[in-house]
Amino acid sequence: MEEKKYWRGLEELTNDTEFVKNAHREFVNLPNTDESDFSEPSRRDFLKLMGFSIAAASLAACEAPVKKAIPYLNKPEDIDPGIPNIYATSYFQEGEYASLLVKTREGRPIKIEPNNDASFGATTSARVQASVLNLYDDSRYKTFVENNQPLEYPAFDEEKNAVYQKKVKAIDEKIIQKLASASNIRLVSGTIISPSTQEVIKEFIKKYPNTKHITYDTPSASGILKANKKTNGVEVIPTYNFDKAEIIVSFGADFLNNWLNASTYAKQYAQNRKLSKDNANAKLVRHYQFEARMSLTGANADYRAAVKPSEEALLVAALYDKLNGGNPEIKNPKAQQLLDKAATELQNNKGKSLVVSGSNDENVQIVVNAINKMLDNYGATIDLDTPLYIRKGKDEDMLNLIEEIKSSSVDAIIFYGVNPVFTHPKGDELKSILKNVALKISFAERPDETSVLCDFVCPDHNYLEAWNDAMPRKGFYALAQPTISPIFKTRAAQESLLIWAGNNTNFYDYIRSYWKANLFGTQTKYKTFEDFWNYSLHDGFFETTAVVKDTPKAENKKDRKDEPEAKTATANISEAKANIEQSYKVSNDVELVLYETTALATGLQANNPWLQELPDPVTKACWGNYVCVSQKFAKEKDLKQEDVIKVEANGKSVELPVLIQPGQANNTLAIAIGYGRTECGKVGKAVGANAIYLATTKEDSLHLFASQAKFTKTDKKERIAQTQTHHTIMGRDIIQEATLSDYQKDPAAGRSVVKIHTSEGLKKATDITLWRGHKYHNHSWGMVIDLNSCIGCGACVIACQVENNIPTVGKKEVLMAREMHWIRIDRYYSSDAEKEDLKGLEVASEDPQVTFQPMMCQHCNNAPCETVCPVVATTHSSEGLNQMAYNRCIGTRYCANNCPYKVRRFNWFHYAEDSRFATVNYTQTTDLGRMVLNPNVTVRSRGVMEKCSMCVQRIQEGKLTAKKEKRTVKDEDIITACAQTCPTEAIVFGDMNNTESKIAKILNIKSEIKRYDDGKEEIIYTMNEPRAYHVLAEINIKPQVSYLTRIRNIDKLDKKEKKA
Amino acid sequence: MFSTSKSKWVKRTILSAYFVCSAITFLIAQADSTQKSSGSDAATLEKGKTLFNQNCVQCHGLGEEAIVGPGLKGLLDRRSEAWLIPWIRNSQAVIKSGDTYAVELYKKYNNTVMPAYPDFSDADIKAIIAYIDTESKKAPTTAAAISTPGASEGAVAQESGATGYLNALLIVLVVILCLIIAVLGVLLSFIKKYVAQEKPDLSEEDKELLNPKFDFGAIFRSSAFITGAAIFLVLVMLKSLLDFALDVGIQQGYAPVQPIAFSHKLHAGEYKIECNYCHTGVDKGKQATIPGANTCMNCHGEIKRESPEIKKIYAAIENDQPIEWVRVHNLPDLAYFNHAQHVKVGQIQCSQCHGKVEEMEVVQQRATLTMGWCINCHRQTVVKAEGNAYYDKLMFAHRNQGGKQLKVENIGGLECSKCHY
Repeated sequence: MEEKKYWRGLEELTNDTEFVKNAHREFVNLPNTDESDFSEPSRRDFLKLMGFSIAAASLAACEAPVKKAIPYLNKPEDIDPGIPNIYATSYFQEGEYASLLVKTREGRPIKIEPNNDASFGATTSARVQASVLNLYDDSRYKTFVENNQPLEYPAFDEEKNAVYQKKVKAIDEKIIQKLASASNIRLVSGTIISPSTQEVIKEFIKKYPNTKHITYDTPSASGILKANKKTNGVEVIPTYNFDKAEIIVSFGADFLNNWLNASTYAKQYAQNRKLSKDNANAKLVRHYQFEARMSLTGANADYRAAVKPSEEALLVAALYDKLNGGNPEIKNPKAQQLLDKAATELQNNKGKSLVVSGSNDENVQIVVNAINKMLDNYGATIDLDTPLYIRKGKDEDMLNLIEEIKSSSVDAIIFYGVNPVFTHPKGDELKSILKNVALKISFAERPDETSVLCDFVCPDHNYLEAWNDAMPRKGFYALAQPTISPIFKTRAAQESLLIWAGNNTNFYDYIRSYWKANLFGTQTKYKTFEDFWNYSLHDGFFETTAVVKDTPKAENKKDRKDEPEAKTATANISEAKANIEQSYKVSNDVELVLYETTALATGLQANNPWLQELPDPVTKACWGNYVCVSQKFAKEKDLKQEDVIKVEANGKSVELPVLIQPGQANNTLAIAIGYGRTECGKVGKAVGANAIYLATTKEDSLHLFASQAKFTKTDKKERIAQTQTHHTIMGRDIIQEATLSDYQKDPAAGRSVVKIHTSEGLKKATDITLWRGHKYHNHSWGMVIDLNSCIGCGACVIACQVENNIPTVGKKEVLMAREMHWIRIDRYYSSDAEKEDLKGLEVASEDPQVTFQPMMCQHCNNAPCETVCPVVATTHSSEGLNQMAYNRCIGTRYCANNCPYKVRRFNWFHYAEDSRFATVNYTQTTDLGRMVLNPNVTVRSRGVMEKCSMCVQRIQEGKLTAKKEKRTVKDEDIITACAQTCPTEAIVFGDMNNTESKIAKILNIKSEIKRYDDGKEEIIYTMNEPRAYHVLAEINIKPQVSYLTRIRNIDKLDKKEKKA
Repeated sequence: MFSTSKSKWVKRTILSAYFVCSAITFLIAQADSTQKSSGSDAATLEKGKTLFNQNCVQCHGLGEEAIVGPGLKGLLDRRSEAWLIPWIRNSQAVIKSGDTYAVELYKKYNNTVMPAYPDFSDADIKAIIAYIDTESKKAPTTAAAISTPGASEGAVAQESGATGYLNALLIVLVVILCLIIAVLGVLLSFIKKYVAQEKPDLSEEDKELLNPKFDFGAIFRSSAFITGAAIFLVLVMLKSLLDFALDVGIQQGYAPVQPIAFSHKLHAGEYKIECNYCHTGVDKGKQATIPGANTCMNCHGEIKRESPEIKKIYAAIENDQPIEWVRVHNLPDLAYFNHAQHVKVGQIQCSQCHGKVEEMEVVQQRATLTMGWCINCHRQTVVKAEGNAYYDKLMFAHRNQGGKQLKVENIGGLECSKCHY
């Protein structure tokens, strides 16, 4: 049997002294980075505290505080206190679209779930999950702002409110006056997918004909748009059907993380990674990835080659040649080998494959399109007829605008939903020249780098407060409805534009009239518009195949005469290839890659502490960015982890610490954008550094890399908060995996079962026990996690944090391994070298295979934590749950020490009340932030242990619904937060005693009635799925959580070839 | 001979007695059945009662007195059932049709619109009418029933009077006893003195008796006694401290003054308004909910408008300021309690935890609301599992384990995570 060694990080691999010291300890007392805040308590402090506690105790003894019960003055008919209301709405930020259900309690949105009825966008990424907190961000603009002076916030005072409204009117009049006299107005926005908003903009342009609407995106897809114009005659982004592809080849496209509508792709991708029970005929997608840094997508690939960004483009051209029978020479042997293999398989799977590239170079995309065309993928895996509208920006428009501003030819500019000073590669330049524009208006929701430079800020609503509509894809129309009244004195940006255009309609009526005029007629199902509107609003979306009279494309038509009526292809592939060969040269230069992280993307949500504390799926670092380098590079250049280096490219520089990343291409540096905000609120301010200015700008395009980068070492060091080396699992056999060919022969391939010597010979470790075990007569709650489906995206981590009121603790505490997440995603690197072959391990670590494993409380039946608790605060329930009673816990932490999975979290501080956490944990410390808390879950106090409860509040709620209706619990009644949000359905929760449930079907659970001699009967359940295993099964603690083996679609031969 | 004649006589007597008895029984039974056929069957009356309490009781009484609408005593004497059915279903339609009686009635009650009940079937309305008819005929008994709380109060007063009398008697007896002891003591000392003076030639035994050598004082001065007493004292103090500490946070009997002197005794007791008419959430979810001012306005839009307490509600509505009631039943945040689970699923009466609210002028906390109190109930209460498919598997398992009654504790009712999460 082949043995693999897994390690959690390079520290473990190289036996770093500090790692070894801490490896055996649950609570690592790493040295404090700053002692001033958390210094040793003095004697005086002790006396003060003691005095206080005596006083508090005696006060508490005197009288209980008077609590008020305040009912509604006029109770709305559809709101019952204590019962959530759910509204369908939609999300569109940073180019990501999602169809949502928003759960509100007593009028407060507290949780976001995917709207599974929607045929598009029914997935929530970590960012979508976390976006609910932005609503309660105290740093939001509370009023209109004139010259950085906010108007007085009137709160609920009617008189003050009247004064405020007058001032707003005055601002509107000033703006109208200035706009009327302006000769060159520019409206700058990100991609707008709302048809009604486009209508509003049209109306605005009609009123002010000097206006030009500039759209730009970061990262931009203008290369794809232009290439499609040339190849297919339509300037669109096609719909990619990853679920129909059996071979996927990606050149740097991080399509599981941030490339276009990634979470939708993740869902499709995972469908082809689910294995059928019929193992002999089981099929899997095969995924090749060529990329510079270890991306989330690359980490999930079956075959991956680390190549420099310039090589990526050349490889695309080489693949084209190869498919045309050529034999191009590639200098990178591994890339050559994989490209040859990929080319053969693509040839054999025509119409069932998909080639994508993350490049924004038109020429690269033209060649990619040509390859897909050659492989007959159009109409199969690529759908040109239902294009995506989520990226429409053209790089040259924004670049031209900057030139115009430079020459002072623009006299009014309106920023709608964008922050170009921070997110545009030429933002720093823009910052210095923006004063050339006489009138600058921003609709920013909270202060950003651009809005602080504006004369007027007319803050827009948060998306959860606003009416809106969206068309993210052709024929798919979504509605967004307010789930709460506007908290502050904000106004919908569309309404502002309408008022300035002299139209006083509110935006709600505006959307309705748009839908009535344009969409109502395309359907026949509903007879009246009221019905049509109400049902669409209830569902959150409306789909039509009919041609809508006024598609948003028409708006572009005026600007661009080249709107395709007849699809005319003008692409010249040889020219594109020549351009590629001219622009990209293989050299020994250090190259820089800029990328978006899962958590922050372009940094719009930088003030969201949940996202700041979400560990990156691959590097496991949070609270800041860093420079990723390969191990070999670090060794050669004498760079150590956390050494601060100064990176220079395109004349700009940034200083950041080094992070050594296995799988990174040699001679490349990788830095995340979205960090280093200077204006965004307290949480995100000055976390990391902004690297977007280092990007390459050409005349008409932006590229998130630099082909020539320099770095210089500084003598500084900066800690990187990584959750990677904490909670080690000590190299035990916790990931079980096999190849597809082995699985086809044996469904139990890759499973390892530990046997133990006994007096009666070898026995399975799980067959010998001292425990009496538990019997679950009604429910047996459990989970099954498919390691083949989990892509490590981290959406479950945030969903769990929102659902269970988990505090954020900040960088300092994470450095001390005190993060509080109940679910974490362990990332394991593997290598094919033998365990003893230390040298071999080192070579392999340059390009390891990666496995993600979500880890939470396993709800053991023979739970080690339960037996050691001296106060019985953690006990076992009759439904298979390991329960934690916070009010009983005295904080001995014995349970955490005894937990083999290291999933218990200790409250070192009273995070909800400690002023030191007021900034990072504003969710729990400020009145506004607390509105997001789930009222069904206790906020834990200092000194108590906490852990995954399997969302027991949801279990209880589901059971109650069933009891009220006098029926048994249905599978869909209860779902945990992690399982509900998982875009790939890797996590499945359910009742293992219900043979009809999804989990029972996955685990192949059979039930039979056992009859005893005394006439008594009992139902016995048995699990029969050969792929299912328990982590650390050999210690026989019988968890309620099972994992399904990871099956890789790789050929066994390759390993031998590689060794040879 | 004699014996036989006697036995015959006995037989005859028994037979005739039997006949008379059966005749009487038959007559009674007849009378009973005629009564039943003249009235309505119990199910209809029950349905009528439910519908009446849910929909009518807010505005109509069963007596002669008008609340919002007219009192319903003798309803069928005034109008026929055929007239009443369309009237109850949609009174406005009848008024519009120009029915004189209807128009006059409408005017008499200040043009107050009675809500329409289009969902009521004829059977529903007939059931309501039957209930009103039956109930209003026994109105005197209802009045008596209403006065029962008062009567039982009297009984309570009587009872408490009796105990007071006993206590007084006890005190008098104790006083007499003390007096006797004192008199006896005085007598004893007189005798002692007398004997000492008058009889100097006593025997040794008698002297011993007069001047005992044993000194009781020594016992009190002994270290063993002092230690024992000290320990006892400390224990008593500890016990009282413990009792005090365990009482911290328990607010049994807590009856705060509310911003509006709302009387449950009047509304729930006298007018018999169902609890869930105002506390609408009690069957639905966690909170029973305190009604908003709009619920009060259902009735008080019309009645007792001049009352200063009710004017407070008007003021609240005018000022757009909700009424800040003082919460009486407070559970700590760490405990999760769901009303629907207990009231809807467990079919527990409100009074089991809240006491007889219908007798409370000011609501007070009757139960201790401690965890021990919760657990105790979970140990004793039998689950209402019959007819609820949710409990089938649990019943099956419980029976197979030889269990008899399925109590809450048998299905995990004592587990931490049922209330703490």
